[in-house]
Amino acid sequence: MTATVSLPPRSGLGLKPEHCRAILAETPDVGFFEVHAENYMGAGGPPHRWLTAIRERYPLSIHGVGLSIGGGAPLDRDHLARLRRLVDRYEPESFSEHLAWSTHDGVFLNDLLPLPYTDATLADVVRHIDQVQEALGRRMLLENPSSYLALEESAWPETDFLGEIAARTGCGLLLDVNNVMVSAVNLGYDPVLYLERFPMRHVGEIHLAGYDETADADGARLLIDSHASRVRPDVWGLYGHALRLTGPVATLVEWDNDVPPLSELLAEAAVVDRKLCEASARRVA
Amino acid sequence: MNRRTATLALAGSLAAAMTGFAERAALADDAQEKCFGVALKGQNDCAAGPGTTCAGTSTVDYQGNAWKLVPKGTCTTMELPGDRTGALAALDRDLPKS
Amino acid sequence: MTSWSGRSAFAGALADPDGPVPAGILRGSSEAAQSRFAVYRNNVASGLVGALASRFPVTAAIVGDAFFRAMASRFVDGCKPTSPLLMTWGDEFPAFMETLPAAAALAYLADVARLEVAVSAAYHAAEAPPLPVPALAGIEAAALAEARLVAHPAARLLRSPHPVGSIWSAHQPGGSPADVAFRAETVLVTRPGAEIRLSLLTPAEAAFAAALLASKPLGEAAALGVAADGCFDFGQSLVAAVAGGAFTAITLKGPDP
Repeated sequence: MTATVSLPPRSGLGLKPEHCRAILAETPDVGFFEVHAENYMGAGGPPHRWLTAIRERYPLSIHGVGLSIGGGAPLDRDHLARLRRLVDRYEPESFSEHLAWSTHDGVFLNDLLPLPYTDATLADVVRHIDQVQEALGRRMLLENPSSYLALEESAWPETDFLGEIAARTGCGLLLDVNNVMVSAVNLGYDPVLYLERFPMRHVGEIHLAGYDETADADGARLLIDSHASRVRPDVWGLYGHALRLTGPVATLVEWDNDVPPLSELLAEAAVVDRKLCEASARRVA
Repeated sequence: MNRRTATLALAGSLAAAMTGFAERAALADDAQEKCFGVALKGQNDCAAGPGTTCAGTSTVDYQGNAWKLVPKGTCTTMELPGDRTGALAALDRDLPKS
Repeated sequence: MTSWSGRSAFAGALADPDGPVPAGILRGSSEAAQSRFAVYRNNVASGLVGALASRFPVTAAIVGDAFFRAMASRFVDGCKPTSPLLMTWGDEFPAFMETLPAAAALAYLADVARLEVAVSAAYHAAEAPPLPVPALAGIEAAALAEARLVAHPAARLLRSPHPVGSIWSAHQPGGSPADVAFRAETVLVTRPGAEIRLSLLTPAEAAFAAALLASKPLGEAAALGVAADGCFDFGQSLVAAVAGGAFTAITLKGPDP
């Protein structure tokens, strides 16, 4: 399986319905837009009209939130068929999903839930990704999760688990730097060491987002991957470190709750582009 | 009214309306109709990323005593007809026992 | 054969907020584990409630956020989605509201929610070019009474004893709930372009439009309109429904059996 297309090494933004009109009128200088696959699985109507018009002007990333790749049950064939139709229709530069499960016993739980990293769950995930890549006829990217707790049964470090999945399936990885920070604080490890161990050669896209902060019952810091604010300063710092390891790579700013005006999203994207520019300059130097 | 006159009545009524439609086409919208550029939110936006909360962790959504609540939205400003005006105040009385 | 024996316990504990957390969670004290697991519990509860809130924004505005979330949580407890396609989940929510004494006191609430179901279905319905009004001129006078129209995939008709169309409109940008007059309304939902359109129909227009959407011949539909109101205007009503985008084509034969 070969990836003939990829996202440009630029900033990207999540596409929000309330911004579509302004984006088409102003065509801001953004490298790409990303949408959640499940919001575009209706038969027709405004969502497809907007996305078609925007796709004519910008590279596109389709990001699934409902496949339950980390689930124990076989993938939902109907959902896979819907994804296939969507990918055929829009021919996005990238398709990505999560290392998580969201469906159990036929019920969709609408959250990205954690799995222990074992040889047995590895086999599940590898089988599912093979199936997705075969069904879609293309390579996908798999995103590292944000974690609020650790599972005792895990035998693999997350970075090695992701690397092994990529090696066995040929899939790429989506490095969510905010998730790295959230998980590192919540599980008590060093986010920089995590990045240094991360299989960077497979990274095809980076995600950034804002987190909320609270504390657990012991008073330990507990970060929540809320996608409801600006990217936090420590995540910008970690992103800079990641770029030194990856070189310039397409980077999305996710802001899905309490969505601000487009101008504020564009300001975040401009920060990303500046950092990407510095990363290319470093590479040339 | 026989079948032929009924046919004529339909055709005449349609012809008149289409003439009126053509004349009105350049004028303002029919007052009965409201047209909005509704941009509905995507329902899957809440599952945006691993562990994304929609309301923040301080809002816990599964409390069992939620029926102590009464509606507090625009229904309290919407004028209700007749004796229904007092319905909102009576909501507490209707709470299930659970 | 399952790859992770703890998965069912994990999923079960998500649904039971008062129960213990599943075994095998590392991180701090048992209280800490409880508070961390609560993030997932809350995400599941909050995520599904949030999905309903984005499908039923007017209903949520009418009752307010706290009441809506409480009502939606109850619905989620008994009616979880079986597909990740949340845009089609929640069609039974309006009927559920009618079973709740606290919500049933707002007599119009469930019908407003039904209108929101119709609006979201129309919003996502398949594309089809609406029948242009001038095409009606192509029907010969003699064939008019037997002609039928093909409903647009987005067309929906909702009858209510409450002013659901006015309430919905009042909650769109620029509207005000103070403008609503309390009377029965029948609403025709269409999507002539990329935008949702609501048209309020008189009882006679409603009878007429319902017959046309059910593929009845124009003559039969007109008779239903006249029966509802002796002054029913066939031409005006037909042109208005077609101009609103309710149909895609004219057929001169009956629907396929």
